[in-house]
Parts: sequence; structure tokens; C-alpha cells
Amino acid sequence: MNRNKNAFTNGIRDGIPIALGYFAVAFSLGIVAKKAGLNPFQGFLSSLLNHASAGEYAEFTVIMANAPYIEMVFVILVTNIRYLLMSCALSQRFDPDTSNMHRLLVGFGITDEIFGISIGRSGALNPYYNYGAMAVALPGWSMGTAMGIVAGSVLPASVVSALSVALYGMFIAIIIPASRTNKVVGGVVIISFLVSFIVSKIPLFGRLSDSMKISILTVLIAGAAAALFPVKDDDDDTLTDSGLQ
Amino acid sequence: MTHNIYLYILTAAAVSCLIRVLPLTLIRGKIKNPFIRSFLYYVPYVTLAVMTFPAIIAAPQVPLAGILALIAGAIAAWRGVNMMGIAALCCGVVFVCEMAAGYLVY
Repeated sequence: MNRNKNAFTNGIRDGIPIALGYFAVAFSLGIVAKKAGLNPFQGFLSSLLNHASAGEYAEFTVIMANAPYIEMVFVILVTNIRYLLMSCALSQRFDPDTSNMHRLLVGFGITDEIFGISIGRSGALNPYYNYGAMAVALPGWSMGTAMGIVAGSVLPASVVSALSVALYGMFIAIIIPASRTNKVVGGVVIISFLVSFIVSKIPLFGRLSDSMKISILTVLIAGAAAALFPVKDDDDDTLTDSGLQ
Repeated sequence: MTHNIYLYILTAAAVSCLIRVLPLTLIRGKIKNPFIRSFLYYVPYVTLAVMTFPAIIAAPQVPLAGILALIAGAIAAWRGVNMMGIAALCCGVVFVCEMAAGYLVY
């Protein structure tokens, strides 16, 4: 009981910077939503249920185009496919006895950032940590979207610009310490940076959505790393000790 | 034919939710296959790295500010600064850089 409460508090603590970053990003997403004809409540609802930056951007373009519903299914599937990989990865962090209710709720709450901070935790994942993070991050995201629709451009550009890197700062906070403790992870991170940069410069790949690029690169690079440097699988502690303190 | 915005939102939400929830509920217990285990072990780092770079350069108004934020953040992370501190540092670096760039331009 106490451990769950602790995990929840930690989740809230780590969720606050996410919520702040989300608010700023969602604010600009709200401007797109407004163009697509959504009112503040619809923007709020969309962000509460979908909470995905690239996914929602794509969603609003589908709405704007007045495209068939089946196109929405396809577009969301493609732009959000990385969550499938994240969900697979998280499944390995759960205690096998974790109930379906916890699995469902934690799964619902997966975002890039919440996934990022939960993967950075040591040992088996406590669902209450995710609930804490979701409790602040998701409202931040949803209210940011609604505010963006209402207020357009209230925040000065310099503030939006500065806040836009908060999320990346959090990613760095996860991948760099892991790279320090595990050389293979460090190499994989550097290769990922390089390949991602090269792909962004090749016009041929310009037509792929960002989420699609992320998914393809993740499968290729993580697959190559797994083939070349298999992780010793004595037990989970080796896994967590080797990369994630 | 016009479509209902709420139906659009619900369709998108249903697909997102299935993608997120299915693996977590279907994969119970530990995967034994060493390749898949290793693959899933590397997935988070690759995904986060690919999402960070070069996007961090494109996010601010001044690309150099993004590069400096990345370098500053990486050094701080290497030295063990916590997540919130690194996020704040990156924001600060971009804010200051863009202020400085503003003075240089005008």
C-alpha cells in the first residue's frame, strides 16, 4: 500500500515536467485543431483519449480533409504504430501477475514521455507510478489543446520555442545515463542519432510520416543490435542492471 | 458527405487504444526467445534516440539553440543531473540562445 502511494507520488513528480512540456506542445496542436474546425471541448476530448502529438496532428488533417472513417483508422495505425512496440517492451517490465485492469490502464496511458520515464525505473514496473504521471501529464496535454483552440497565440514565441525542447531534455535524461553504464546501449544511441539524421536528409524518405520513420528505424536498429549483441538472459536483474540503473 | 467530428475522434481513440493496450494484455510473463528479449531491451533507447535527434534541432526557432541544448543536456545527464533539471536546463539554453540571437540580428 505504502509502496504504491510512494510510486504514485514519484509518478506525479516526474510527470510535472512532462505536463509543462505537453502544455506548450499541445497549445500549438490546438491551433491546428482549430483550423480543422474543432471546438475547445472536442480538442480536449481528442487529446484526453488519444494523447499523441504526431497521431493527433494526423487526426486533424483527416478531419480537415473530410476523409472517410476508414482512412482515419489507417492513418492512426501508421502514425501511432510505435506505441505497439512500446507496449511490447513495457509488457516485459511488468510482474507477470499484474492484473488485466492495471495492464489496460497503463497501456491506455502510454505516450512517448510516459513510456520514457517508466522504462527508466529500476526493477518491476509499479502501475501506480504510471498513474501518477498520467494524472498530471494527460490533463496538461488536454488542457493545452483546449487552450490552444481558445487562445491561439497568447504565449510569446520565445517561450513556446524554449518549452518545445523540454520533452527532448527528458529523453536525454534517459538515454545518456543508460549509455554511460552500458557501452552497447551507448553505441546503439549514437548509431540511432546518425541514422536518424541521415534519413531526415534523404528526400526519398521525406514522404514517410515521422512516426513511420521512427517505427522503421526502431525495428531495424534494435533488430541489428539484438542480433549482434544479444542481452544475456539469466534473469531480469541482468537486464536492468546492465543498462538501466 | 460530411462526417461527424465526434465519430472521427472516437475512431482515432479506439485505434490508438487498441495499439497501446493489446501487447500489454496479451503478452503475459517473460518472453523466452533471446532475440526478442534483446530486441525489446534495445527498443526504448533506439526509439527515444531517434525521436530526439534531429528533432531537437528543428523544434526551436534557432537550430543552433537546439544543438547547444542537446550538448548541455547530455553533459548534465552524464553527470547524473535528474530528469527535471535536464529538461529545465535545455529550455533555459534555448531561451538564452534565442535572446542572444535576437540581439545579434536586430
